[in-house]
Amino acid sequence: MFRTIEPEELEPLATGAWILGTGGGGSPYLAYLNIRKLYAEGTRVTLMDPDALADDDLVAVVSNMGAPLVGQERLSDPDFATRPVRMMEEYLGRRFRAVMSVEIGGGNAFQPLLVAARTGLPVVDADAMGRAFPEAQMTSFAIAELPMFPLTLADIRDNEVIVTRAASWKWMERISRKVCTEVGSIAATCKAPRTGAEVKRHGILRTTTQAIALGRAVREARRRHDDPVAATLDAAHGKLVFRGKIADVQRRTTEGFLRGTARLTGLDADRGATFEVAFQNEYAVGWRDGRVVVTTPDLICLLDSVSGEAIGTESLRYGQRVSVIALPPPPILRTPKGLANVGPRAFGHDTDYVTLFEEGVA
Amino acid sequence: MRRIGIDVGGTNTDAVLIDGATVLHAVKTPTTEDVLGGIRAALADLLAGAGDAVRGLDAVVIGTTHFTNAVIERRALARVGALRIGLPASASLPPFIDWPDDLAALVRGVVAMVPGGHEYDGRPIVPMDHAAVRDAARRMADAGLTSIGITSVFSPLTAECELEAERIVAEEIPGAAITLSHDLGRIGLLERENVTLLNACLQDLARRTTEAFTAALQQSGIAAPLYLTQNDGTIMRAELARRFPVFSFASGPTNSMRGAAFLSGLADGVVVDVGGTTTDIGYLKDGFPREANAAVAIGGVRTLFRMPDLLSIGLGGGTEIAEDGNRIGPGSVGFRLLQKALAFGGDTLTATDIAVAAGRIELGDRRHLAAVRRDFAERVLTRMAEMVTEGVDRMKTEAGDVPLLAVGGGSFLIPDRVEGCSAVVRVPHHAVANAVGAAIAQASGEVDQVFSGMTREAALAAAQLEAERRAVEAGAVPASLNVVEMEDIPLSYLPGDARRVRVRMIGDIGGP
Repeated sequence: MFRTIEPEELEPLATGAWILGTGGGGSPYLAYLNIRKLYAEGTRVTLMDPDALADDDLVAVVSNMGAPLVGQERLSDPDFATRPVRMMEEYLGRRFRAVMSVEIGGGNAFQPLLVAARTGLPVVDADAMGRAFPEAQMTSFAIAELPMFPLTLADIRDNEVIVTRAASWKWMERISRKVCTEVGSIAATCKAPRTGAEVKRHGILRTTTQAIALGRAVREARRRHDDPVAATLDAAHGKLVFRGKIADVQRRTTEGFLRGTARLTGLDADRGATFEVAFQNEYAVGWRDGRVVVTTPDLICLLDSVSGEAIGTESLRYGQRVSVIALPPPPILRTPKGLANVGPRAFGHDTDYVTLFEEGVA
Repeated sequence: MRRIGIDVGGTNTDAVLIDGATVLHAVKTPTTEDVLGGIRAALADLLAGAGDAVRGLDAVVIGTTHFTNAVIERRALARVGALRIGLPASASLPPFIDWPDDLAALVRGVVAMVPGGHEYDGRPIVPMDHAAVRDAARRMADAGLTSIGITSVFSPLTAECELEAERIVAEEIPGAAITLSHDLGRIGLLERENVTLLNACLQDLARRTTEAFTAALQQSGIAAPLYLTQNDGTIMRAELARRFPVFSFASGPTNSMRGAAFLSGLADGVVVDVGGTTTDIGYLKDGFPREANAAVAIGGVRTLFRMPDLLSIGLGGGTEIAEDGNRIGPGSVGFRLLQKALAFGGDTLTATDIAVAAGRIELGDRRHLAAVRRDFAERVLTRMAEMVTEGVDRMKTEAGDVPLLAVGGGSFLIPDRVEGCSAVVRVPHHAVANAVGAAIAQASGEVDQVFSGMTREAALAAAQLEAERRAVEAGAVPASLNVVEMEDIPLSYLPGDARRVRVRMIGDIGGP
């Protein structure tokens, strides 16, 4: 039920989390450097199976919030990550039993590890997305309509904010986003605390283990000079959607999000076909020759066809040779309530959910 | 326009004399351990061959892998002082954090992090701590350091902190060689800082090397101004280039592609450069290589650089061929071709032997190849052609046929017809395409910054103005400047119409 995350699992976690980021979530590189440094100094982090949580245990749900670009200049920092957790404990007058990530996709996969390294708390093997999504109401906890407050937020300077109440998950998103922007578009947060029962019932379980296994499969394939894309599909029960080259990328921002589309021309078995993928921070909808073939919440990932490395929506570039793959989403995201929050219409696309994983649709 | 271009490669030092669009003379000499010997020899050969044609020379352009090799081989590197301005941000990942241990041990002098830096929208994170900067500078002076790298958070947006810190450091360490990160890099603190520290540790070597280059020209009786090539296919005046040795990293393949474009008169197409061990396939767009816009490791240090997007495959003139013909490479006899290849009396069947046996070229002595049957050789040549075709297809981004520019000493391995290509273009002097690329290069200025609180048009105009300034500083004539790249990416989660703008301008270099 408890085990140490070994040093050799950190790099696979970074690789796997970046794939599960589905183009968003920010690169895990800098957070990974932090934990590698802490491990070099002798720190170890314990991974806790969700089943080890007692129903009334209190779990901190953490994230590094903000613009990925700002995160490339104002770098991830474990002390900064820990402050909102301490704030929340003080506000509640209770101690946390463990810490978990709000999203396993991208840099936030490491946020609870940084907090754990500083506090000694174990990391729960779970998150609330099973991937990356851009907004607070896009979590399994929001879909389950659990309370969304209080939220604590810390800035690198001596600024701390507690949002004690919010009318809805969307209001919580708007208020916390506003504060985050004011302090430089990057802030460490501790979301509404969860009980052990809530995590076990509504969390996306064992995603840290899943990300490590995925990253390990890719890295081992690369080392053996096997096809890392095939290894990803194997490890995550995914499907190859398209192989091609990026022929065009269009980007724009609206309401603070990076939106756009990339057009691919086919290679190998897909020669002669074209594929378009729309993104809003993460990849959301894919069309083959004008017909929708896959949408969120299926995990749509673009991988470098040679290295298997995930490609973020911000680094899409003309001429890249990529494989588009789809991975099955957590079941809760495919429920009617889930689709209302994270389906294609939640991202402004007038289409029903199209999945490559028919089995298990609610 | 009469120029000399010199490419100092790992094996050969090539030199060409060009006049306008004409290559007047070309020579190839072995590269020497000290680099300079090879350059002197190449110049002597060139002058002897070209005679009076060297009069009225406008410029000498040198492309060199010297600085890249110094980093890779860990030699002639100076210990540096690393100053980062940005606390309380980014405190847990200090300078040199992800460097290979051996390189960090050689280069890391004094490391200091002080309060200051900016936000994405230009507000200060906190006011810069001047006393802390001065204290850091004194510690660096006490340690005897004279090469200093200064990096401030979001300096590509506003360089205020770096410029103020430079002034303080210069007061405390008179004559210090100071590298400021905003002069070199893009958004991405660690990558920009890494480039800054690499540049700082190369300052002594860059000064000595450019002085030696200048001396070599003087000894050869050449009075024309000296330029060095950059990794984006452009050049910089030597006085400026010596302050920025990192810009020469990986300029070789770029020069080769630019040379191919010039020699063929084509601005768009796929360039296939067949060397002794590998074939580099790159894509020309508007006369410049398409860039790989990803993190690149130099000597194990992560950097962000303008590198050409290249696909390298294991096929060259020295590539070893299995006796049954079923395996081509990746092993190669490399520069030992003249000793090892069958055609030259050696014991190894190489790609060159196959081409000779199939009657495609005349090299060495055909009698050594009696055992290599013609139909066998034809079959292996077809396999090699398939490797090239597949590589070209991987690099192509459009459906139609494009011209293929065949260059390099092993380009005879490329057949006259390649699927997906409208023509296979072969040009004279293709074996010295890299030196030609150096000789014809223009000067450029690039800007990659975040702009916010202004319209898209105003941001593009501001970026263009700064790119112009940098191009002129590099040696370009203002009237000749053109925008060759302009892109802007809106940024997610940022208000105020924030966008990252990249502009590159290129122009002809002026007289002395």
